[in-house]
Amino acid sequence: MAVTRGFVGKRRDRDSRLPPGQYDARDEWPVLHAEATPRLDTARWTFTVEGLVEHETTWTWAEIHALPRDRYAGDIHCVTTWSKLDMTFDGVSVDTLLEAAGPLPSATHVVAVSHTGYTTNLPLADVTGGKAWVVWDAQGQPLTTEHGGPARLLVPHLYFWKSAKWVSGLRLLDHDEPGFWERNGYHDRGDPWREQRYQGDE
Amino acid sequence: MTRPDEVVHRRTLRWQDATVLAVHDETPTARTFRLRLPEPHPHLPGQYYVVRLTAPDGYSATRSYSVASAPESSGEIELTVEKLVDGEVSEFLHDVVAPGDELEVRGPIGGFFAWRGDRPALLVGGGSGVVPLMAMLRAARAAGDPDLVRLLVSVRSPADLYYRDEVSGPQTVVVHTRSAPAGDPRGAGRLTAADLAPLVRGGEDVFVCGSPAFCDAATERLIEAGVPTEVIRVERFGPSS
Repeated sequence: MAVTRGFVGKRRDRDSRLPPGQYDARDEWPVLHAEATPRLDTARWTFTVEGLVEHETTWTWAEIHALPRDRYAGDIHCVTTWSKLDMTFDGVSVDTLLEAAGPLPSATHVVAVSHTGYTTNLPLADVTGGKAWVVWDAQGQPLTTEHGGPARLLVPHLYFWKSAKWVSGLRLLDHDEPGFWERNGYHDRGDPWREQRYQGDE
Repeated sequence: MTRPDEVVHRRTLRWQDATVLAVHDETPTARTFRLRLPEPHPHLPGQYYVVRLTAPDGYSATRSYSVASAPESSGEIELTVEKLVDGEVSEFLHDVVAPGDELEVRGPIGGFFAWRGDRPALLVGGGSGVVPLMAMLRAARAAGDPDLVRLLVSVRSPADLYYRDEVSGPQTVVVHTRSAPAGDPRGAGRLTAADLAPLVRGGEDVFVCGSPAFCDAATERLIEAGVPTEVIRVERFGPSS
């Protein structure tokens, strides 16, 4: 890439945990979503795994809390170039949810769906094997609405738009189906270490 | 939230070296850069470009900036950049970049917060959030259909208003939150539903842009003014320095 005349950059001591082009947001946790922030009542909240599964399965707020808990401790990366290091999120592993529903062998991809209608697509392999969660606590506190509460998807090894706020379920498919940002120019996979920000990035 | 007509063509976006043709200040902390693109792609008002700065050792920093200009046949674009305190990219753009420099850019990006120019639109911007909305107002005026859009801009004081000489007109309302110009009957105060209600015609698309706090407040006031939640599109400008 071309060198910019006169630019040396300020943040010289880069934390090796920051992927290329990211900066450490430190105490900030920027908020970014395209829709009006919804108000969701946990008394009516549900989460559903559907599509190419043996048993379509729906959990209520109480039922999902009765599942074995799992914690993610680590970093998150937003495509708008901020990262947050050393975060903790508590919830349930997507493996636990898929185990109950029983993915069919033909399932290769998932679309995460939100109560707002937001969607995002992921390869099934990116939400299995301890890589994805449905979480309701962040840093030990209930997830606030602006950050996707009462519960959001968490797929921290990919850019954070994959971690759908206000998640309402996963739909398993035998093909890739671009979600909201992906139809609007963003990458289908979104690996921050490969800077897969936009369509066409390798 | 998505509608079939919003699906945009998914094409590869390449980095290109834009030439800075001119710079001028909008306010003491906002500067506009006119760029010539070697490979122009027509943008939709509301879309943005990514700017990448690269140091000799390969270190790079990228930020996104909304296009302020209407689509032009010249293939030139204008980006307005707010100078943020300790902003690695915005400070460099303000303090160093001059006409004749080259900047690596990529775009236009964003299909959701984009106005296609074919439907009435209500635009609500706070501070620097007016930038993508200005592209929409300019496009409507350039198309000879200025009445298609209504624009409300909220600023702290008159000195904070971007595009001062151009923004005013029968389609535009400027709301001051901290200090208003002498003789302004509204005076200074936070945005209210009563500020918005006269601009709501019904059936329009609504674009809200500004800080997260502004966007959330403006969305609530719009809903109070009778705007259905599902027509409101929001672009939150984060602290992306």
